Amino acid sequence: MILGRVIGTVWATRKDENLVGAKFLIVRQINLDYSDTKNFIIAVDSVGAGVGEVVLIATGSSARQTTFTKNKPIDAVIMAIVDKLDIAIKEQKFEATKN
Amino acid sequence: MFFAKVIGTIWATKKYPALNSLKMQFIQPLNSKLEKVGEPIVAIDTVGAGPGEIVMYITASEAVIPLPVDMAPVDASIVGIIDRIDLETK
Repeated sequence: MILGRVIGTVWATRKDENLVGAKFLIVRQINLDYSDTKNFIIAVDSVGAGVGEVVLIATGSSARQTTFTKNKPIDAVIMAIVDKLDIAIKEQKFEATKN
Repeated sequence: MFFAKVIGTIWATKKYPALNSLKMQFIQPLNSKLEKVGEPIVAIDTVGAGPGEIVMYITASEAVIPLPVDMAPVDASIVGIIDRIDLETK
């Protein structure tokens, strides 16, 4: 799953009929320190997220593993709203443990 | 399956109902020499790994198989804690 911040909503009137009722959100991918990256993704919401919230997104075929998205043309779904990150090993100080 | 190092934990109260009581961990993917590769991702922990441990994880829809539920929007799961790697080096 990847970490992102919801930055907007998408409306689309003409779409695949399986997508009727889906709530599409634009999500900017973020780093562990909440700074923005250049990547963004349009994801279907399954938890009731809103603009500004930090969320987790499942992508690929896993995005179809919810009751709403099953067998629908969807490849990204918001599956959690993040309360807190606890990063024990900071990225700057990251050193792979040698065997 | 790939190697990764657990670097942190994530709290999310509001999540897809099938994911309740499952632990989520930040992992940093590694190569076979245990060097950092790419950006950290979030994975569901089914084995009880802690920060600093080297683990192996699976991705894509297979990541749902180790979970106690049939269907869940999960694209990465930790499935083992690495004790030792024997690697032929040139």
